Amino acid sequence: MAVIPATWDMYDLIQGVLQAPWYHMVFEVALVLLIMKIYYSQSFSPEKTVLTEKEKETLIEEWVPEPLAPDVPDDHPILTAMEKYCIEGQNGKYVKVNGKSCINLATFNFLSMVGKKEIEDVALKALKVYGVGSCGPRGFYGTMDVHIQLEEDLAKFMDCEEAILYSYGFATIASAIPAYSKRGDIVYVDENVGFAVQKGLTASRSHIRWFRHNDMEHLESLLIEQSKLDKKNPKKAKVTRRFIVAEGLYLNSGDICPLPKLVELKWKYKVRIFLEETMSFGVLGATGKGVTEHFEISPDHIDLISCSLETAFGSTGGFCCGKKFIIDHQRLSGLGYCFSASQPPMLASAAIQALKMLQEKPYLLVDLRENSEKFHVKLKNISEVDVIGDPISPIKHLVLAEPAGDPGLDMRTLEMVVDMAMNESVALTVSRYLEPEEHLPKGPSIRLSVNCELTQDEIDRSVEVIQRSFQTVLEKLTTRSSDVSPLESVQQEKKSEVASR
Amino acid sequence: MAAGRGNTTQEYLKNGLMDPACEIKPKNGHINGKNKNGLNGKNGAHEQQSEWQDDFHESFEETPLLVAILTYLGYALLVVIGQIRDLMRAYGIEKDKSCTEPKLEGFVPLFLSWESFYTRNLYRRVRDCWNRPVASCAGVRLDVMERTSPDFGWNFQLTGKKLDVMNFGSYNYLGFAESSGPCASAVHDVVQKYGVGVCASRQEMGYMDIHKELDDLVAEYLGVEAAMTVPMGFATNSLNMPALVSKGSLILSDELNHASLILGSRLTGAVIRTFKHNDMADLEKKLREAVCEGQPRTHRPWKKILIVVEGVYSMEGSIVRLPEVVRLKKKYKAYIYLDEAHSVGAMGPHGRGVVDYFGLDPSSIDILMGTFTKSFGSAGGYIGGSKRLINHLKVHAHSFIYSSAMSPPVAQQVISSMRIIMGKDGTQEGMRRIRQLAWNTRYFRKRLHDRGYIIYGNKDSPVVPLLLYMPSKVAMFSRETLRRGMATVVVGFPATPLIETRARFCLSASHTKEMLDKALKIIDDVGDMLRLRYSSLPPPDFSEKGIQLIE
Ligand SMILES: Cc1ncc(COP(=O)(O)O)c(C=O)c1O
Ligand SMILES: Cc1ncc(COP(=O)(O)O)c(C=O)c1O
Repeated sequence: MAVIPATWDMYDLIQGVLQAPWYHMVFEVALVLLIMKIYYSQSFSPEKTVLTEKEKETLIEEWVPEPLAPDVPDDHPILTAMEKYCIEGQNGKYVKVNGKSCINLATFNFLSMVGKKEIEDVALKALKVYGVGSCGPRGFYGTMDVHIQLEEDLAKFMDCEEAILYSYGFATIASAIPAYSKRGDIVYVDENVGFAVQKGLTASRSHIRWFRHNDMEHLESLLIEQSKLDKKNPKKAKVTRRFIVAEGLYLNSGDICPLPKLVELKWKYKVRIFLEETMSFGVLGATGKGVTEHFEISPDHIDLISCSLETAFGSTGGFCCGKKFIIDHQRLSGLGYCFSASQPPMLASAAIQALKMLQEKPYLLVDLRENSEKFHVKLKNISEVDVIGDPISPIKHLVLAEPAGDPGLDMRTLEMVVDMAMNESVALTVSRYLEPEEHLPKGPSIRLSVNCELTQDEIDRSVEVIQRSFQTVLEKLTTRSSDVSPLESVQQEKKSEVASR
Repeated sequence: MAAGRGNTTQEYLKNGLMDPACEIKPKNGHINGKNKNGLNGKNGAHEQQSEWQDDFHESFEETPLLVAILTYLGYALLVVIGQIRDLMRAYGIEKDKSCTEPKLEGFVPLFLSWESFYTRNLYRRVRDCWNRPVASCAGVRLDVMERTSPDFGWNFQLTGKKLDVMNFGSYNYLGFAESSGPCASAVHDVVQKYGVGVCASRQEMGYMDIHKELDDLVAEYLGVEAAMTVPMGFATNSLNMPALVSKGSLILSDELNHASLILGSRLTGAVIRTFKHNDMADLEKKLREAVCEGQPRTHRPWKKILIVVEGVYSMEGSIVRLPEVVRLKKKYKAYIYLDEAHSVGAMGPHGRGVVDYFGLDPSSIDILMGTFTKSFGSAGGYIGGSKRLINHLKVHAHSFIYSSAMSPPVAQQVISSMRIIMGKDGTQEGMRRIRQLAWNTRYFRKRLHDRGYIIYGNKDSPVVPLLLYMPSKVAMFSRETLRRGMATVVVGFPATPLIETRARFCLSASHTKEMLDKALKIIDDVGDMLRLRYSSLPPPDFSEKGIQLIE
């Protein structure tokens, strides 16, 4: 197994050699010879401090490592929130939290596939044949006929030649990017991409050029800049692969990528496009194929589309699709594909059924869009918040219209709103990020996810609750500053958290 | 021989496998880490150390010289032929049947042509040995769907026929890959109650009561303070390691660690150094060096040192020398990350992994990681350790913030199988399976050694690699065993060193003695045909005799 990175390194090495001009090689060789000569002549062997055993023992004795993990108290706000909102039973359109049934506006169950009887029946049928686990990676008897069928169905649905299935959504794009983009290659990335993409980029060790979110002019300026560099070093340019990575529908901002412009830039500057469609698959487009269909652009223009089955499809896993010669490459070099057990067959069956239902009931998509728009209009009327996101996007971020300017404080305010709404039977969630690890700092927000089956009445009621919660919390925070409890508690908690870091 | 057997019995007593007191409720020592055993005292440590080493039988016979030469020649020949054929394809003499990259004007090619040389010319010839489609549960038997290739491995067609074969390829160690029985019926109920989806990360309303139940049960099973679970084993490593160490820390990683551990280590940003596989002297040397010299250039002391090892290595069948790693860890104040993917459930008198196998206190390992894909017949992974560690991970791990929580039926499969292994179902079924697997392992390994094959690994490791060496024998072995009714896995370069191509058998508690005998017969047939009896060493003297089976 350890050989895999070795081949990567070897690849890098060879690529480096290929890229280097000949005089460089001559110079390198001469240098190596020189070093060897110096080394062997020992005329000036550098003085190396040699520690005695005793000194070593003292050093070992004295060394104090940092603790493995910082002390996170049991009442850390995130832990408390998690325990407080632990869901009893199904995580569907309604969830039961603390014995109370709440409308679920927190999970990515856009098409309300969770809890559908048809899907459960298919999953149970698969359970009777395959059991739960596949007990092996795809290569070693972990390829069940349902995996092949799901891949074929998805490829057909997406109008692509081939699809490759991963057992986990996060692993899909995170494995796909480094399968193609290697050290020395250049990736143009939207600043707002999700965490899985960022991790894939880190693993690829390519040069990363961030462009401002959905700012095509900025992207183009970067591309022009690069083409100038290329002219100076055409040899290197000939072996440097270039990719644009963007999301179809951005999880972090609920807006849609300007795909037509991206495709135009692709052909103009000869850059390949990878699209991450975790949020747009099963959401955008007349039949749910995602952002390509939304803009009526043939998927042939996109080199690789990566989707997740964990959102609209309500299963577990993910897939990439595209041309066969591109996708097949991952079967030997997608890390999360090769070195992990395949998706539990019953979850593949569930996804097959979800796809079938989506094709049979295109009105689900219409309902979803309508509901998203309804929410959008209504939420816009709440003066305490700004709604971020496209009207047709089922993901909406609610941010404070008048933030306190301190993200920690705003976060606490939003958490109080969530608490409040939960008390009134509407389940919301703040968006969670690992701030220090993210490329850009993310502002605090409540992230709303719309379900296609919500009725007008449910929408009205939840928006009402959201509005009331915001009003009550903000009122409490401003007027009751005499008894300071909320604000003070916020600050104290913040302090304790800082200390715990 | 007799003495050897006697020894074995005693050692098994020590390991608790035969201890009548531990029929269901294990009594000897380390349930839930509450009771301490010898290792904590200084003297105890020494005693224990020599004891475990007496019983630690691991075999890695050297490649016979002639075989090595022939193998290299074989590869050379394949490369030459491949080059000639590439040339012929380039001149259009031979038709190119592969799916190659079309030329796109102005674009840099996605793949370099020499990159795919190996795939095109070597791997393609033997492609049928992997990714064989299966039409059943990956249980003790398997329905492999027959394929034919009209064009020597470029493409495959299903014939529609199914081959019902014995399964020696899946990681079904305790035989919980079952489509009926108590686990399946519990999962059935859970699907009806919960559905299959979660659609959210744990921190964003994806945390369900069944996850809590699973976390708590895993902690109890491992004997640690707390545990957390993730829906993919691979991701458990790659998404959690970055929360543990970072820049300024050192990772000492076994050279044969799994891809997920390597990826996870890379994503941490820490310095990574490897040590020779299971070589404790090398580990100590590197540890000593690291502590004494500090970080490169600045010579500042390291923030933390993390030793990353696996319990059972899935390609070598070796078992980590854990007591020694623990001793070194204590001496040099490092932390241990132990990946028990292949050992949890499969090793130890109570199926709690290598920690249990060596009778160590689980709290002496800082990070206990493992997967549910193998022994538990489910999917996902866990990390167990101190409350402090798990609290930290729950708040800061990527897998709790950015990726979905576990599907309820998958969680239930783990809960049900784990309860059976722990004897919480009120039967001895779990113990029966553990003993059966231990017995099968010794029995099968011993017979293979006796027959003169070169077998790698530890006598108690249920992963049994049989060395094939030559590339031509790989495909033959795989096809011939399948034809005779036995599904096996073959692995070659790049997963193993170039010449150490091997077949691998994964034993299971659901293999019966008759199946093992039949498998041995098949291996003999194929082995004689391919002349695989390379071993020149006398067979080792261990046996299955000391292991008491439960009916
Ligand atoms: C040591 C090790 N860690 C992790 C994994 C990955 O586990 P999973 O298949 O559950 O993703 C494996 C699986 O092959 C493994 O061998
Ligand atoms: C190449 C690669 N594979 C896989 C992953 C993670 O995916 P998984 O969810 O399998 O850990 C990452 C990043 O985290 C990655 O960079």
